[in-house]
Amino acid sequence: MAGLVAKKCITPLVVIRRLTYPEYAAQAAYHKKVVDHYENPRNVGSLDKTSKNVGTGLVGAPACGDVMKLQIEVDDQGKIVDARFKTFGCGSAIASSSLVTEWVKGKSIAEAMTIKNTDIAKELCLPPVKLHCSMLAEDAIKAALQDYRVKQQDIEIEAVKASN
Amino acid sequence: MLSKTVSTKIMGSMRGFPSHRINYSTSSVNVVGRELIKSRALEKDELRPLYMDFQATTPMDPRVLDAMLPYQVNYYGNPHSRTHAYGWESESAMEKARKQVADLIAADPREIVFTSGATESNNMSIKLLEETIRPETSLVSVMTVNNEIGVMQPVEEIGRICRSRNVFFHTDAAQAVGKVPINVSDWKVDLMSISGHKIYGPKGVGALYVRRRPRVRMEPLQNGGGQERGLRSGTVPTPLAVGLGAACEIAQQELEYDHRWVSLLAKRLVQKIMSEVPDVVMNGDPEQRYPGCINLSFAYVEGESLLMALKDVALSSGSACTSASLEPSYVLRAIGTDEDLAHSSIRFGIGRFSTEAEVDFTAEKCIQQVKRLREMSPLWEMVQEGIDLKSIKWSQH
Repeated sequence: MAGLVAKKCITPLVVIRRLTYPEYAAQAAYHKKVVDHYENPRNVGSLDKTSKNVGTGLVGAPACGDVMKLQIEVDDQGKIVDARFKTFGCGSAIASSSLVTEWVKGKSIAEAMTIKNTDIAKELCLPPVKLHCSMLAEDAIKAALQDYRVKQQDIEIEAVKASN
Repeated sequence: MLSKTVSTKIMGSMRGFPSHRINYSTSSVNVVGRELIKSRALEKDELRPLYMDFQATTPMDPRVLDAMLPYQVNYYGNPHSRTHAYGWESESAMEKARKQVADLIAADPREIVFTSGATESNNMSIKLLEETIRPETSLVSVMTVNNEIGVMQPVEEIGRICRSRNVFFHTDAAQAVGKVPINVSDWKVDLMSISGHKIYGPKGVGALYVRRRPRVRMEPLQNGGGQERGLRSGTVPTPLAVGLGAACEIAQQELEYDHRWVSLLAKRLVQKIMSEVPDVVMNGDPEQRYPGCINLSFAYVEGESLLMALKDVALSSGSACTSASLEPSYVLRAIGTDEDLAHSSIRFGIGRFSTEAEVDFTAEKCIQQVKRLREMSPLWEMVQEGIDLKSIKWSQH
């Protein structure tokens, strides 16, 4: 009897791996694109904040659990040559900001303004609960471009003052 | 019966099974899921993650399964059948289990009602408030050990106050039973909820302790055939009850050993992490706690991204991103944690079957990933530059 019970015991103990159940994976696992951006993030880092060619956008709030810092370096023709980001946020937030830095490189300022959060969300297949991450990424790039524009305006004003 | 070392070995080997032995079921898959299955199928030799989430649920102790199996296939009678041996043998097993549960909390077996879990027990207790005889009576309900931060409430004092004011005292002891010594008479508890799957027992069963002296009168939540002295109708599931009883008996025998083991591992984990990583806060009182539930906040790193980084370890977080709303854990908010720290918290759950190797692995991975994520964090960068984060006006989204 003990042996029979023991045998009956051991069988259920052998592998019952359910973690890869399709429905579970669809809902709870991260999309592989998000995981890819997270494990191999592109363009993490900082540019020189004080340089006149660099625009910095800092959006979000720690109390909300999402802060993105996006920096762009623009050459004299108005084309974005480099972009860097740093993010305090969930995997989807990191992926959204990483994707945005990839997209803006090589674009002109006007083109970069047209980046929409819906494009980011579609590219990363973000679920509805994570859509705010893509919105914040759009805000970040807009803030960076705005900062650059303000800097350029200040420089022009300085130049006009100096020449007078 | 399996010895403890054998059961630990089996638990350990359950984690290391490679994935090529798995059959994928693709019959009930939607279109979105299909792409994800492809990505999952590629990771053929992936191992399951380590389990460090003992507050969410616990694996069944193999000795509990041993105790239950005969009642699934051989002794399958209804314990309320009075007329034949099948009923008698199931009833005697059920009563034996009732005694095992009662002994763990120093109660009388007549004071234990089997339910489907702690949630049902809680609901039954709250309903008492509405149906009570004395109109001015109220009910105090307190969690013995909190499931998010592990803090233990001063139950003895609360019980004393309630008894002196003639107020019923209910406590949800799901995370405390079998982990800290409980005596319902010393604590002056009138009602106590017990959960099976939190103490290495089966899922789907729990119990409610209902004091007899002084009598606690209750209205049943579930009406029917009058089982469990009319308090909870419905056939008592003998195998599950036997499993709960066995789990309680094992817990009572091994309570001290488990407590020492879990304290040792917890101290090891916390010391390792805190010695290598700055700006880590442990949430909750350091003294009045159950050591196996550790909630740490890693400043400047977001909780969900850290969970994603620690994908080889099954953990849980008090962070907002894992819930549908953007609100962080209410428990952390209640103890006055800063909102940004509340988003940065992770709960480590250590249990009977945790090993030193698992704790070391978790600690090392944690240290490594926190460092990496801090490099990616604008908040860390600002702090390194000497900026006071509280002085910044953040843009609200």
